[in-house]
Amino acid sequence: MLSTPALVLAIILFGLGLIGLLSRRNILYMLLSLEIMLNAAALAFIAGGARWGQVDGEIMFLFILTLAAAEVSVALGIVLQLSHRFRTLDADAFCEMRG
Amino acid sequence: MLSLLWLIPVLPLAGFLLLALCGGRLSRPHIAWVGCGSVGAAAVTTALVATDFFSVFPARESYQQTLWNWIDTSGMTVGISWYLDALSLLMVAVITGIGFLIHLYSAEYMAHDDGYARFFAYMNLFVAAMLTLVLADNLLLLYLGWEGVGLCSYLLIGFWYREPEYGRAAQKAFIVTRIGDTAFAIGLFILFTQFKTLSIQQVQSLATEAWPVGSNLAMIVAMLFLIGAVGKSAQLPLQVWLPDAMAGPTPVSALIHAATMVTAGVYLIARMHHLFEIAPMVQEVIAVLGLVTLLLAATSALVQQDIKRVLAYSTMSQIGYMFLALGVGAWSAALFHFLTHSCFKALLFLAAGSVIHSLHHEQNIFKMGGLRRHLPWTFWTFLIGAAAMSGVPLITSGFYSKDWILWSVWSSPLSHRWIWFGALLGAMLTGLYSFRLIFRVFFGEVRTQPTGESGLAMRLPLVVLAFLALTVGFLEMPHTLGNVTLFSHYLSHALPTTALLPGMDESSEAREQLAVTVAALLGIGLAALLFLPGSLFGARGTDQSTTHPSMTLLQGGWGFDQLYDRLFVRPWFAVTRNSSDMVDRGYEWLAVCAESCHGWLSHTQTGQVRWYAATIAVGTLMLLGLFAM
Repeated sequence: MLSTPALVLAIILFGLGLIGLLSRRNILYMLLSLEIMLNAAALAFIAGGARWGQVDGEIMFLFILTLAAAEVSVALGIVLQLSHRFRTLDADAFCEMRG
Repeated sequence: MLSLLWLIPVLPLAGFLLLALCGGRLSRPHIAWVGCGSVGAAAVTTALVATDFFSVFPARESYQQTLWNWIDTSGMTVGISWYLDALSLLMVAVITGIGFLIHLYSAEYMAHDDGYARFFAYMNLFVAAMLTLVLADNLLLLYLGWEGVGLCSYLLIGFWYREPEYGRAAQKAFIVTRIGDTAFAIGLFILFTQFKTLSIQQVQSLATEAWPVGSNLAMIVAMLFLIGAVGKSAQLPLQVWLPDAMAGPTPVSALIHAATMVTAGVYLIARMHHLFEIAPMVQEVIAVLGLVTLLLAATSALVQQDIKRVLAYSTMSQIGYMFLALGVGAWSAALFHFLTHSCFKALLFLAAGSVIHSLHHEQNIFKMGGLRRHLPWTFWTFLIGAAAMSGVPLITSGFYSKDWILWSVWSSPLSHRWIWFGALLGAMLTGLYSFRLIFRVFFGEVRTQPTGESGLAMRLPLVVLAFLALTVGFLEMPHTLGNVTLFSHYLSHALPTTALLPGMDESSEAREQLAVTVAALLGIGLAALLFLPGSLFGARGTDQSTTHPSMTLLQGGWGFDQLYDRLFVRPWFAVTRNSSDMVDRGYEWLAVCAESCHGWLSHTQTGQVRWYAATIAVGTLMLLGLFAM
């Protein structure tokens, strides 16, 4: 069936996104990686929806799309503030919450 | 007019609220007007209610007024309801009448004090609470007033709170009376569980039906009530707080610690007399406690150096007489002594306050002397008060009330001969210590120069109270002298009359009275001999700062403070010190545990967002793995 390669693709994308999130130090790239992970999850929903012939998967995709848009707008605002305050985009520099 | 009854406690309460909420913005004359006016208005209302009450009196013995339900749950209904009968009307009249005079006096006495508004606010609250106590129809409302007066007593003893010693005296008074209050509360609980009601009249009629004379429960409840009364009225063994309570301003001592609050115990026992009648053993205990207290306090009063402490011990002693009378079933005699005592003791305190006022707050009687010429008003009123307290025959009220008590003790079937002899000795001691005070303070040479007689607002209450101290006694005169029975007739509608032993006739009464008269006069004569300057031994003993051990024992009120310190305070501190360590150990372990866990967990908080992301990913994987298994 078509859903298996789609799921494999989703897993690969998710893995890439996770590796990118963990290995990148630039906060902007980390956000990009997060987007990839989100879209991988969305793709898995689509694949699931196609596999069982139900619309739920597509509805979830629409939700994730909306969520991603909202997330990006908030996150970019935070990134702007961070670069204002720290004059850098290095995520490891933002460690003032160390316990 | 009877329906105005609710106004009597509400008026002082309104005065309190007004002074407490906006006392800071009122001028001093306004504060005095509000403070005295509210109590004065209550006194006028009392007079109106009383005229109405008397117009239908013997036919209708009591009047009840319910304002609203205070507590109404399943099985328990407690109303804000007042109960007026001969007994409570007498109490209300004394509280509002003498209370008003003392407020008037305070208006001048406290005139230069910073806490003028606070003082009158507390005093008004006290009057409101005391009126609640005596007018309450049920025991819970009575208990509310009971605690209210305790609170005001605490607040007013510690009125000058900047002195740490005064604060301690206030705490002592509060804690010691609290022991009695707790016993009283337990008594209430037992009564409620037995009868499902707290109405004073219902409880007593149910108790007399359900409990035979001398039954265990009746004894226990009566004993618990007695402990409550003993705490409030400063009787043995809870008497230690009263001498220290003299730390408060003198009008407070006059109002709370002489005329009204300390007699709340007498009122409680008289109010619950049906209960005490079915517990004859407790009644005997009351009589013995009263006798022992009156003797101990009288001997202590003999050697005090502080004028107010002499009066404090004399108050304990006189309340001892009231308890003695209650104990032998002479209910009306106890209340009569309450009435005369509140007149002459308030007078004595106010006159002492006038002395203290003119001597720049000097209270040591060995630094006083010769004030007779400088303070004539104070001298004569003080003399009348002391004469009334010692029971100078025929002309003073104290004679008639004390004689009635002693006659009851002599003739009551509940009494013993030795109790009478003890009380007679007390009567002699009363004369001795009262006139020791007179001779020390007003005779001899001037030791501290007084500033002069006080103003009208202080003199007027003195004169009125002196008049009362002389004349109130004529309300009740014995068979041998005039045979006036206004008071006993009036109270017989609320309290049972005293039983007499057979064979008590007028001649034995006359003999007994002669003994009382001789005892009182002997005490006064002895005082003149010992303390009047220029008399036989008067020159000696001017300096009584001897350190003879018996003297120190007497001055400290027979060493009860030290005894309680040894018996209760120190062991308690020892126990708390040790047990707190043991109990703390467990909690300390908990604290150590939490602290180490905290240190360990805080390492994970690196502040690096990528580390958090990695831990989330690993955690999710672990959870997924867990579910997959």
